[in-house]
Amino acid sequence: MSNESQLIFEEREDQIHRKGEQPYRLACDRDSLAGAVSQRACVFCGSRVVLYPIADALHLVHGPIGCAAYTWDIRGALSSGPELHRLSFSTDLQEKDVIFGGEEKLHRALIELIDRHGPKAAFVYSTCIVGIIGDDLAAVCRRVSKEKELPVIPVQSEGFKGNKRAGYHAACKAMFELVGTGDVSGISPLSVNILGDFNLAGEIWIIREYFQRMGIETVANITGDGRVDDLRRTHGAALNVVQCSGATMDLAKMMQEKFGTPFIRVSYFGVEDMAESLYAVARFFEKQDSNVLSRTQELVHEELSVLLPQLKEFRQALRGKKAAIYVGGAFKAFSLVKAFRLLGMKVVLVGSQTGTAEDYQELHEITDEGTIIVDDSNPLELSSFLKEKDVDIFVGGVKERPIAYKLGVGFCDHNHERKEPLEGFVGMFNFAREVYTSVMSPVWRFVPRRSRTLAEERFAGS
Amino acid sequence: MSDYSSPYISTTNACKLCKPLGACLAFRGIEGAVPFLHGSQGCATYMRRYIISHFREPMDIASSSLGEKHAVYGGEANLRQGLQNVMKKFGARLVGVATTCLTETIGDDVPMILRTFKREMAEQGTAHQDLPAIVNVATPSYSGTHMEGFHAAVRAVVEQLAECPEDAGRSAAVNLLPGFTSPADVRYLQEIMADCGIPVIVLPDISETLDGPALDDYRKIPDGGTSLAEIARMGCSRATIELGRTLFGHESAGRLLETRFQVPLHRLGVPIGLRESDRLFEVLQLLAGVETPEKHVLERGRLIDAYVDGHKYTFGKGAVIYGEEDLVIGLTSFLLEIGVKPLLCASGGKSGRLREAIEDVNDSILPELPIIREGVDFYEIAEEAESLSPDLLLGHSKGYHLARRFRIPLIRVGFPIHDRFGGQRVLHLGYRGAQELFDRIVNALLDAKQEASPVGYGYM
Repeated sequence: MSNESQLIFEEREDQIHRKGEQPYRLACDRDSLAGAVSQRACVFCGSRVVLYPIADALHLVHGPIGCAAYTWDIRGALSSGPELHRLSFSTDLQEKDVIFGGEEKLHRALIELIDRHGPKAAFVYSTCIVGIIGDDLAAVCRRVSKEKELPVIPVQSEGFKGNKRAGYHAACKAMFELVGTGDVSGISPLSVNILGDFNLAGEIWIIREYFQRMGIETVANITGDGRVDDLRRTHGAALNVVQCSGATMDLAKMMQEKFGTPFIRVSYFGVEDMAESLYAVARFFEKQDSNVLSRTQELVHEELSVLLPQLKEFRQALRGKKAAIYVGGAFKAFSLVKAFRLLGMKVVLVGSQTGTAEDYQELHEITDEGTIIVDDSNPLELSSFLKEKDVDIFVGGVKERPIAYKLGVGFCDHNHERKEPLEGFVGMFNFAREVYTSVMSPVWRFVPRRSRTLAEERFAGS
Repeated sequence: MSDYSSPYISTTNACKLCKPLGACLAFRGIEGAVPFLHGSQGCATYMRRYIISHFREPMDIASSSLGEKHAVYGGEANLRQGLQNVMKKFGARLVGVATTCLTETIGDDVPMILRTFKREMAEQGTAHQDLPAIVNVATPSYSGTHMEGFHAAVRAVVEQLAECPEDAGRSAAVNLLPGFTSPADVRYLQEIMADCGIPVIVLPDISETLDGPALDDYRKIPDGGTSLAEIARMGCSRATIELGRTLFGHESAGRLLETRFQVPLHRLGVPIGLRESDRLFEVLQLLAGVETPEKHVLERGRLIDAYVDGHKYTFGKGAVIYGEEDLVIGLTSFLLEIGVKPLLCASGGKSGRLREAIEDVNDSILPELPIIREGVDFYEIAEEAESLSPDLLLGHSKGYHLARRFRIPLIRVGFPIHDRFGGQRVLHLGYRGAQELFDRIVNALLDAKQEASPVGYGYM
């Protein structure tokens, strides 16, 4: 593409790979380039999104107002009970707090909010400014914990201390303080914790129901529709089932080390990965219960017999269309590549904000020749790739949407506010329907990319 | 009496945003500008996401993406690298550098860094015309709201770029500083000025940059915005109109143009409703030297006609109004005209001017002022509103939970509108904006009544 060289930063050239054009090599896991308009967020964001769905905890952001305001109820993480997580609490630090320190304000804010809401625990998030002024978050938390007799847990999520993945780690460390503090009696030997699902649009309920049908008890949701008391007894589960590349993997590793709880990695997006995830869990429990595998086969069969006929119409319409993927963590990208393939579509671009070397290696293996693989991209690059590949649909989040729409390209929202579940077998149907809804819309006839101008139309018609 | 701030220590569901966000929005209204946040990457990304969800337009904000070592040793290297990248790849004509709480606290001397940067670029042989203008504004998030950030950025642009050479005479142009309004509002203001025959420089002009057409190619920087040439000429304009009653008495951009370049300043409220719009048209009449064009006289007439037609539906209804202070003042002024009783006027902002401004716009229509609260959050707004039994709410999307709780309509205005379509096209200002708001309010009240009716009538 003619103007691509002007759009791509030299420093980023090795973070872009075109499969087949050269031997595979892709740089990743770097700090974002200043001035490049990275789509990445910060450490605080990573911690906040992981912990926030814990619905009966108080989530207090210790910092200036922005950090709390921009994360107020931003994800559609549903709760079947309390909804304390949907409120946005902040110490709203002011200039005098920055000068004299914010510890006293934090203490009083915690007492006030705990008295008002009676949470089961409190998470206190550090922000950039707190890291600089040096408030002793841990000390304040210990003090309040003693005074109020509940866990008050500091989350060391200063924004500048890395990217979102560092935030995941801080969140896992915070949750780990609760693990092992609850009573585990009565938990079935066939039991799991669901890690790395945030119950967007009720997704974790779909997965729990599958496990239930397989005869497996779910001990704790981590963290979608999450509860403090469940987190306390997570060590009683036989297996950790971990979704998402980074968000809760550290917790699984910590639990394995301290409690010996094994874990497996799964994904609930797309037919193949969904089914394989359930089978993997079934195989794990096969020795304890020889029927679990057959129950799982039955479940998958039942679900597919409903789903596959439903997909037929979509597949016919979408065959051969071109898709682009840019998501936060790479695990979603794997499943999306497969899901598009099931629909007969071609993935021509795939990238993520925070993928690891292993992630990109896997993406390289599962994609077709010519596919662009990109790490930590930005609007200029993404828009040039969309044009170059003449993409029919782009999958991403809120920040990617206007790039697609401005160019007249279809878009599938794989964001955190989504209202339709995309996980599970029903999620595959919803996904296909959304892709279909966007790709097949008549509006693309009128966008500049596809249409002739009014004058050209008239001329052609005369 | 001056401090109406919260009795609480903590903030729950803030009714304000942070200062750098306002600065980014203001910079977005300048042609060829790239907003640039000097801070950690998350700030830029969060604000982009927040702004995109309202405008549904690309909103690129560059960042110096500071990491841990920069927080310790200073962010200068990243700021400079970021500026160079923005120059190289975006072809920016202006880079609007706003600080964040991080860089304000670690003590980066941004003006000095920028001076050195510009000098070195010139020494390295970068031609003057290739070097973008670089405007800097201090926007620590721990002091003030997004509105202070917005006004500070506008002021910084004027302070750092407006000129008036000694030999230049006064131009025919009028500066219009609209504050933070919708793209539709800015377009309408431009139409009014054109109809009145007044050449205008609107700063900032987000009419196209944040509400642009479908395109064949992604623009590195969206088309539209106030041009740098126009900004440079602002010192020579023959007058400035600045909207926003909280700015009265402040060292605003309009005041700066007045003191530095002797540009006469007309300070007005945000023209929402009949009376505040009349005040705008009075000033325009004065500046144009001709009567208000017939088209607008007619629109005014239709508005009053509508006020009469609908007066019984709105009279005596109670409203809670929240959001940015100047918007709240304008909306309150408008509601007072149509017989809606403002019960509570609330803002997360804390200018210290809200009460006085509402007293002024009340102009003895109501014998008693509504409850007026500055510096409050939605927890306090809810607490206050609970006992007031309002019939409707006016404000942005973040008050929806109140509407749901009280089961009353929410008239979505201002920013952000995250749960409805078309926020960038909501018209608030002038006779036309008042007409739209009035229709929406009457219909929302009718709708609520009809929904609650056991009969399901099809006639009003």
